[in-house]
Amino acid sequence: MAQYVLRRVLIAIPTLFIISVVIFAILALAPGDPLAQFALNPAIPESTRELIRIQFGLDQPWYVRYVKWLTALVRGDWGFSFSTRGPVIDLIWQRLPQTLIVVGTAYVIAVLMAIPIGVISAVKQYSVFDQVATFIAFIGFSVPSFFTGLALMLVFAINLKWFPIVYNSTLNLAGWDGIVEQVRQMTLPVTVLVVQQTAALTRFMRSSMLDNLPLDYVRTARAKGLADRMVIIRHVLRNSMIPVVTLIALGIPTIFAGAIITENLFRVNGIGQLLITSIQNSDTPVVMAITFIFACLTVVFNLIADVLYGVLDPRVRYG
Amino acid sequence: MRSMRNVWRRSGALALLLILIIPVLAACGGQQPAAQPTAAPAQPTAAPAQPTTAPAAQRGGRLKILYWQAVTTLNPHLATGTKDFDGATVILEPLARYNENDELVPFLAAEIPTVENGGVAADGTSVTWKIKPGLKWSDGSDFTVEDIIFTWQYCADPATACTTKAVFDPIANVEKVDDTTVKITWKEPNAYPYISFVGPNGMILQKKQFEKCIGAAASTDAACQAANLAPIGTNAWKLKEFKPGDVVIYERNPFFRDADNVFFDEVEIKGGGDATSAARAVCETEEVDFSWNLQIPKAVLEPILASGKCDPLAGGSFGVERIVVNFSNPDPALGDKRSEPDQPHPFLTDPAVRKAISLAIDRKAIAEQLYGPTGKPTCNVLVVPASVNSPNLTCERDVEAAKKLLEDAGWKLNGAVREKNGVRLVVNFQTSINPLRQSTQAIIKSNLAEIGIQVNVKAIDAAVFFGGDVGNPDTLNKFYADLQMYTNGPNSADPQQYLQGWLCSERASAANQWNGNNDGRYCNPEFDALFDQLKKELDLKKRAELAIKMNDLLVTDGAVIPLINRQTPNAKVKALKGPTFNTFDSSIWNIASWSK
Repeated sequence: MAQYVLRRVLIAIPTLFIISVVIFAILALAPGDPLAQFALNPAIPESTRELIRIQFGLDQPWYVRYVKWLTALVRGDWGFSFSTRGPVIDLIWQRLPQTLIVVGTAYVIAVLMAIPIGVISAVKQYSVFDQVATFIAFIGFSVPSFFTGLALMLVFAINLKWFPIVYNSTLNLAGWDGIVEQVRQMTLPVTVLVVQQTAALTRFMRSSMLDNLPLDYVRTARAKGLADRMVIIRHVLRNSMIPVVTLIALGIPTIFAGAIITENLFRVNGIGQLLITSIQNSDTPVVMAITFIFACLTVVFNLIADVLYGVLDPRVRYG
Repeated sequence: MRSMRNVWRRSGALALLLILIIPVLAACGGQQPAAQPTAAPAQPTAAPAQPTTAPAAQRGGRLKILYWQAVTTLNPHLATGTKDFDGATVILEPLARYNENDELVPFLAAEIPTVENGGVAADGTSVTWKIKPGLKWSDGSDFTVEDIIFTWQYCADPATACTTKAVFDPIANVEKVDDTTVKITWKEPNAYPYISFVGPNGMILQKKQFEKCIGAAASTDAACQAANLAPIGTNAWKLKEFKPGDVVIYERNPFFRDADNVFFDEVEIKGGGDATSAARAVCETEEVDFSWNLQIPKAVLEPILASGKCDPLAGGSFGVERIVVNFSNPDPALGDKRSEPDQPHPFLTDPAVRKAISLAIDRKAIAEQLYGPTGKPTCNVLVVPASVNSPNLTCERDVEAAKKLLEDAGWKLNGAVREKNGVRLVVNFQTSINPLRQSTQAIIKSNLAEIGIQVNVKAIDAAVFFGGDVGNPDTLNKFYADLQMYTNGPNSADPQQYLQGWLCSERASAANQWNGNNDGRYCNPEFDALFDQLKKELDLKKRAELAIKMNDLLVTDGAVIPLINRQTPNAKVKALKGPTFNTFDSSIWNIASWSK
């Protein structure tokens, strides 16, 4: 087992290296200019913008910039953002709490909802509950978040005025009022994310349960005279959880990446919003840092999922 | 029996669905009357949730401002967008700012220097500013002329990479005359003396805080990075909390010269999201007091503004949306010589064709159907300040006159498209991707089809089109098309720098890395001669006359086809007093005097 983990970690190093080269090359070759907004401002002529590009090192070929970026990274320096001229890593630390709170909460709620819904749907297949759950899951699947987000905003924030549309990241969470306000402003973005994520997980849970229900060991358990509830929870659910747990583990890094559209829509200052504005402003160091950390997390959680698989399923052996 | 159960199941599910959907539908239904702009806006019944507090002039509270772009730095000299200049405006000040009438108002200066009061040298070589006595920074230390001198030194160093460098470039020297007087000497005589330390580009940094930040250290040194995000200033508030790319919160600056008259205890500038929901936040939910730059299609914006809870602030000019005519030949067959100034365009060099295009375009339809409150048709390419807005030109649509012009010039219809000597009037018309611009392109395409000119439209990603990437063929500087459309306008109340964009010497070409401002490759000795006159003229009134003459020449010669004067509105809640529109300065230039 330890040997297996070690081998996987060693394989991860060249993988991450290649990922970083590819991302860097794509960013470098994509068109864009950090000062494009000023392109037509006569007070900021092209010569000034050229000067600034040189200061940012953008006049050098991309491979030279890559080597510089990598050597700085090895020393633990993620560089400075072109738009704040401050360290990139500070920006990420500043954004992380909001993303973890909003996207993380949504993920936890989604998991907590999806598992029971999936189980009941499978056990009572084709019941009214199953039909409605399936219907809602397909709505969650097929309606994009920018639509659900806007619709919820229009109905619950603008017409009913139950929730704010401007997310406030400076609330004082020490008092009770602050916590209530925080829950209020999180409701809409979290709902949008929950609808989407629950949809996918429910379907997985349901089909995994359906795979297990007709199997022989279930019949054996029933034949032993175990209560139905016992059979489902102790036997079927445990076995059905194996693929779902790996799916959940693989989904954890996406929490870090934030939810680009939902965060932007509700003005949640998370990583997703940082990523998209940085891409729009050609703020390469920030984009590079976020995507690379995301790549690392994906690799790590892949490994965790694989290890978990072995723990949960004794049939799997690592060699 | 079984089928009966199925029916029950189905209807049960349906009932559940209905239960889920009904509140949504009900809420949507409730929205309808509010969205009707025709409904009498005075009905107070529509506001159940927000009990408006009595507006008795009680000072204090937080002023909430919403931008759909977020502030990322508070050092205006390293800004990457208007939002950064505005974020810095709450803290920092220049010597003087422009008001809504494009006049200068002294801020740190005691008065505006003129030739009459001896502040401006009659020969245009220098200007002397007097600052208000007893000014203090928000850390309690004295504001001195050394800080002004330092700001110039900071940006004059190319390695600092100041965005605002161009306003400091004309300076030869800044020297202290006495404790409250500073003299700026220009490298060459300057007709317009208010270039530096004025408006958003001229905000003054504290020497003590930024002393070690000249050069590359400005962006790489840890102390300087921290200073960029928390500058010490002289304006009515100082920084309380800043999350770059998200929100800035400011609190009272007790050392502000007029602290007793500042209304708000705190100011918040939140950023991000989109312009439409920003408009809703001020006009419908009233979560914020002021919202900036509502670039929204008319059909969406008008119902939001009609809610009656907010006032749009529009006026002046955000720039003129224009069509630039390519005087050089963009034919791809020319290879490297493509769109080079020495390759004349096969048909746009014919003035009849240019005038016919201008005559055929329905500016009124574009303004009314697409821009609404955000733009007015214009015949001028120079519309601000008001003193240089030419009253001489008209540009009514006249299709018959346009056809006759082309006919007389020998362009005969062959099918739907006119031609002469085998040259067909087919134009490639490019602009940036933006729904408004694509709709404008469609109107112009049909307008020109009426007079026998075929238009092929092209839309390019804004970052590419406006980005100066030398390796990219789709930039507006390379102009590998026949016509292109974008917005531009002068950046200071003096039009000289702006008018430079039509000089022969400014033509963009491979030789200058397409850095010339003249992307149409227009060249007219008459215009150049007028520009030389303008450069030497020191009398402001005569300068305005010359500028009008130059505008008229450009437009009548068809060098450029002005379409719309864009007046993108800001919005404020009705109770907020103080905000004005502004052409040459920040939208929140006078924020210290706002009240509620």
